[in-house]
Amino acid sequence: MIKSQRINVFQHVPFLRGILKSRLFQPVLTLTTLFFFTLAIVTGLFGTPVGNRNFGIVFVWIVWWGLLIILLVPFLGRLWCAACPIPVPGEWLQRRGIINRRQGRLSTLRWKFPKRLRNMWLQNFGFLGIAIFSAIILTRPEVSAWLLLGFSLIGIVLSILYENRVFCRYVCPVGGFIGLYSLMAPIEVRVADPQVCATHTPKDCIIGNEYAYGCPWMVFPGTLERNTYCGMCMECIKACPKNNVVINLRPVGSDLMVAKERRLDEAYKAFIMLACALLYSAVLLGPWGWLKQWANMDTLPHWLIYAGVFLLANLLLLPGLFTLTALLSRRWGGVQVPLRQLVTDYAYTLVPLGLTAWIAFSFSLVFTNGSYAFGVLSDPFGWGWNLFGTTESAWTPFGSSLIPFLQTGILTAGMLFAVNTAYKIAGQHTPNPRQALRGMLPVAGFITSITFVFLWLYLG
Amino acid sequence: MIHLQKLFGLLRQHGVILSGIILGVIVMTFPIPRLTDPQTRTITLDARQFEFAPHRIHINKGDRVIINFTASDVVHGFYLDGYGIQERVEPGVTKQIEIVAERTGKFRYRCSVSCGSLHPFMIGELVVGPNEPFWRAIAFVSVSVITLIAYQFFSKGTSYEHTTLGTSPA
Ligand code: SF4
Ligand code: SF4
Ligand SMILES: [Cu+2]
Repeated sequence: MIKSQRINVFQHVPFLRGILKSRLFQPVLTLTTLFFFTLAIVTGLFGTPVGNRNFGIVFVWIVWWGLLIILLVPFLGRLWCAACPIPVPGEWLQRRGIINRRQGRLSTLRWKFPKRLRNMWLQNFGFLGIAIFSAIILTRPEVSAWLLLGFSLIGIVLSILYENRVFCRYVCPVGGFIGLYSLMAPIEVRVADPQVCATHTPKDCIIGNEYAYGCPWMVFPGTLERNTYCGMCMECIKACPKNNVVINLRPVGSDLMVAKERRLDEAYKAFIMLACALLYSAVLLGPWGWLKQWANMDTLPHWLIYAGVFLLANLLLLPGLFTLTALLSRRWGGVQVPLRQLVTDYAYTLVPLGLTAWIAFSFSLVFTNGSYAFGVLSDPFGWGWNLFGTTESAWTPFGSSLIPFLQTGILTAGMLFAVNTAYKIAGQHTPNPRQALRGMLPVAGFITSITFVFLWLYLG
Repeated sequence: MIHLQKLFGLLRQHGVILSGIILGVIVMTFPIPRLTDPQTRTITLDARQFEFAPHRIHINKGDRVIINFTASDVVHGFYLDGYGIQERVEPGVTKQIEIVAERTGKFRYRCSVSCGSLHPFMIGELVVGPNEPFWRAIAFVSVSVITLIAYQFFSKGTSYEHTTLGTSPA
């Protein structure tokens, strides 16, 4: 049943397997992004302090961000992680090589990453820690550059201590939400036939072989059921001697229904991302100057209040309201599911909702400010260069009359997908469809209310 | 027998979607009457890092608005979404901007002169009432979610006897 909903891309585009099997595939991506990443750091550190004239700000927070959340994550899931420059220096150090597979084990101290941290909590708190400084990071080239550099340095340190991409899997704040939202993507890396893996004892995909490294994300493709922790690095495609690993097309959001892997840390990621989309929309896109000033640390007490309320909203308010919703759902539906599980399960309805909310937010951010990209291309440091003759191109908001319609459309789509997911999740708790429908109603109410708040912020 | 039941089920399901679509179209096109006569208003709008005062202006469709635009700290600008109006003002000077509100909805005005760190987020809101796009969006969202729930209600109500529901999580 599940299999019949998958289309093996390799069967229709055979040369793709060849491309992905090439050891050049990932380095081509990462060397490209590493060039822009380095440029963003250098311009951030040494260029103009005016954010909208600095390549580091404009290309990271408008161009990259827009590409990531509007196109890459919704359509290609974690593929960004295969191209991401941040962990690359660390990974090269571990591998003592860039392109070719150097034989032998990874060069690290081989410490064991603490069991208690093998989840998304570090990523949750890391994201929040950055989010409370967002008004500063988004507008100060230097701060932004230090942040990027800091990420890379942490990546290097972690890859000296631990094997594989511990940074990506457990630490990177961006990786956390990309992983969560990649549950929605219409593509996946999976094995074509799990039976083949069950009988193939060497497990080249885990330990690696002369062609490829063992899975850097510490995932076993043979039992992979969700996109969250697969970085789409394609090593297993190169490693598998049975050619059993493939890329599938699949219905959007398939992974949301994999019940046995739902976890509270991921649920919290969904809460945090949704709450942050709301708060960012109010702080950055709203008309309230004082709020921006507080976020911008005009005085320390103001910022402390702002940060406190921000954290409270993320960690208590939204999860609290959602817990009440789950309680109501349990009462109406009359199912005997522990509250914690109910909250966790239903939190996955916020994945489509949160993703589309971020897309709606980014439409406004990117279309309005995208034109800054032309200026900084010609003058990345803001020093008056004019490489391509576009330095003087004026700031021109794009499609401002169109944005509200796009936002309404994408939010409606996310909401409907979320409500439908709620119904299906409720169906996993009870075989009785009426019971499932009653149980899902409060969740649908929650989802619809949140959608209304977004509409009010954007259109009201 | 089962086939007949299925047919009825399908009819009911698609009936729900069809009525949802019809309702959606009505909601999106239903004419909203103008409640007030157009008038001319004069508004003073002051720009300072990083906000406009007032940060929200309410007018009605058809109104003519004369904005006396000032800046109280550094040079700022005024760009109105959907109108393409752009103006620049230095402290101590008053610029007059005239707008005739032809369309309803929320239109953001933004600072168009780089004025400091938060400049790209210096935003105010001109709401031209009655705010049709907003209320239509609310109505549209409500109709779609109700349609979906009704669809779920009928679909499981009819096919329930024939299919085993997803009790197993995978
Ligand atoms: S190497 Fe290939 S066949 Fe063997 S376990 Fe890994 S994916 Fe399965
Ligand atoms: S499962 Fe395969 S593609 Fe995914 S991270 Fe591991 S090796 Fe890379
Ligand atoms: Cu300004």
